[in-house]
Amino acid sequence: MSATVSPIREPLIRGSKTYHQITEDLVSPTERTPSTAWVIAFILSVIGLATYAICLVWTVWQGIGTWNLNRTIGWGYDITNFVWWVGIGHAGTLISAILLIFRQKWRTGVNRAAEAMTIFAVVCAGQFPLIHMGRLWLGFFIFPYPNTRGPLWVNFNSPLLWDVFAISTYFTVSLLFWYMGLVPDFATVRDRATGLRRNIYNFLAFGWTGSAKHWQRWEAMALILAGLATPLVLSVHTIVSFDFATSIIPGWHTTIFPPYFVAGAVFSGFAMVQTLMIMTRKILNLKDYITLEHIESMNKVILLTGTIVGVAYLTELFIAWYSGYIYEQFAFYNRVFGPYWWSYFGMMSCNVLSPQIFWSKNMRRNIFVTFVMSVFVNIGMWFERYVIIASTLARDYLPSSWSYYWPSWVEIGLFVGTLGLFFTLYLLFVRVAPVVAIAEVKSILKSSGDQYTPKTREQVTGQKQQAH
Amino acid sequence: MANSGKTKVLYGLYGDDEILLSAISEANKRHLDIMDVFTPFPVHGLDPLLGLEESRLHIAGFIYGALGTLTAFLGMSWIFTRDWPIIFGGKPYWSVPAFIPITFELTVLFASIGMVVTFYTICGLRPGVTNPTLDDRISDDKFCVAFDTTNSSEAEIDELKGYFSATGVEEVNTKWL
Repeated sequence: MSATVSPIREPLIRGSKTYHQITEDLVSPTERTPSTAWVIAFILSVIGLATYAICLVWTVWQGIGTWNLNRTIGWGYDITNFVWWVGIGHAGTLISAILLIFRQKWRTGVNRAAEAMTIFAVVCAGQFPLIHMGRLWLGFFIFPYPNTRGPLWVNFNSPLLWDVFAISTYFTVSLLFWYMGLVPDFATVRDRATGLRRNIYNFLAFGWTGSAKHWQRWEAMALILAGLATPLVLSVHTIVSFDFATSIIPGWHTTIFPPYFVAGAVFSGFAMVQTLMIMTRKILNLKDYITLEHIESMNKVILLTGTIVGVAYLTELFIAWYSGYIYEQFAFYNRVFGPYWWSYFGMMSCNVLSPQIFWSKNMRRNIFVTFVMSVFVNIGMWFERYVIIASTLARDYLPSSWSYYWPSWVEIGLFVGTLGLFFTLYLLFVRVAPVVAIAEVKSILKSSGDQYTPKTREQVTGQKQQAH
Repeated sequence: MANSGKTKVLYGLYGDDEILLSAISEANKRHLDIMDVFTPFPVHGLDPLLGLEESRLHIAGFIYGALGTLTAFLGMSWIFTRDWPIIFGGKPYWSVPAFIPITFELTVLFASIGMVVTFYTICGLRPGVTNPTLDDRISDDKFCVAFDTTNSSEAEIDELKGYFSATGVEEVNTKWL
């Protein structure tokens, strides 16, 4: 497989690995006893999860009155968190689907973890609309099924229902895509194991043998699923943005929302992938597989999408002024200078200004800067949703109903709790499954391993100078 | 490969995908009938050498997708024009633009689920099934070429062994599957 690779491409697998070493390095984290760092992180996550459980039970028992929503502000932390988590869930499928279609080889190092992150983020996102229903046990009413109440159907013309279909389809397709990739890797884990462990992984591996025909079909399916998931990933946040854009609230009723939400989703998703990958590569010692090259590539995506988001913010302001429509103008004046000015400021500085640091190559390749930035971006993207939801609703058409919203401890607990849920799931995942797609990394070894490629740009240019 | 437990397989393990590809070209030159090839990852260039036809999974995917489109669009149309017509926001009963998002989502959903289920079914893969494998290292770093020698004569087996040693094999074994 001596594919033509540009000589200035940097290697994606370092340490002159052989196929066997790749297996060894990537499977061993699931075979050895967890490290202290993992145990501490797991305990903290489970505490978060417990907080979630307590706040969930409290909300369901007492009702939505435990939240600080009021008649003016009907959406607060719940929908902010929902949109935030769904946004984070966009990076996984983007990496595995869009980058597969564009044949970006660096996806192989991070796609598995990013897809896992997507699935867990969507799980967290899904909690909020469900809890917000109040009567959680009637949640199945959102699905259209023949019933004895008429049958009374759901409203297919409502963006909120489109959301139900978009999120559940996205979750299902991401899960199928992720598991499809895991099957051959579970077979690798199985073939190294004995006893009960072998039986468990045999169950998970579906009896995979590695036959040439199976691989051929597997690749064909990966490509088609990627082709289907690419418009899907764009549709999901588009539909989430319709929840706002199809309303008649000034500040929400805009056509810029779909592209702006999708860019923001990719932006926050990549930031979360960076946060997780920087921790994962350190704790599981995967620096040869998740290299600075991977981190730099993702930082480029963050810079691009962050800038798109910035352009969208400025366009919104300009169009509000240019429309000559005072309600629209007031909505944006209020966002910037109103009672929630601090969240607008947080959004602008974290999302628009701070990613500009990544114009510098040194910054893009600096682990510490990347880690801090990735957290900043996610704070900024959380503020963005808070700005859109709370600050817009707080000042509606009737000044007599103007209000101010501040979350109750239950709402804060639910938000912190979903972080606990997310990290608990992620930490369990890194214990039971290979975090980097073994088969896919092996398939790029001959074209991107450092023993097959010039190691650095300097070396290439050095060789060229010698040739002269 | 769901075998009935009666196939005697002679197989060779190679240590590299490029050696594997040249070995298979050699097998084609010698007109040897390869039963199957097992690899730890998808080796590109293998399918034409083995004469594998392109997978028709995408045709199945298209059919499932079309089924999803029809289910969603016809379903919503029937519900909102025949079964329980309701006027929402003064719009017509049959508001086609509003049906597009759900139609799209169900197309993707049906195509994905249908294709994945088809894939596992035709490959004989499902939770709990144990397909016999020739060697545990095939999922690690060994590339395996297998021949069915259930009814082969000694001379034929010797020919295969000669082929293996001529193509740089690392190990040759026999196993009943």
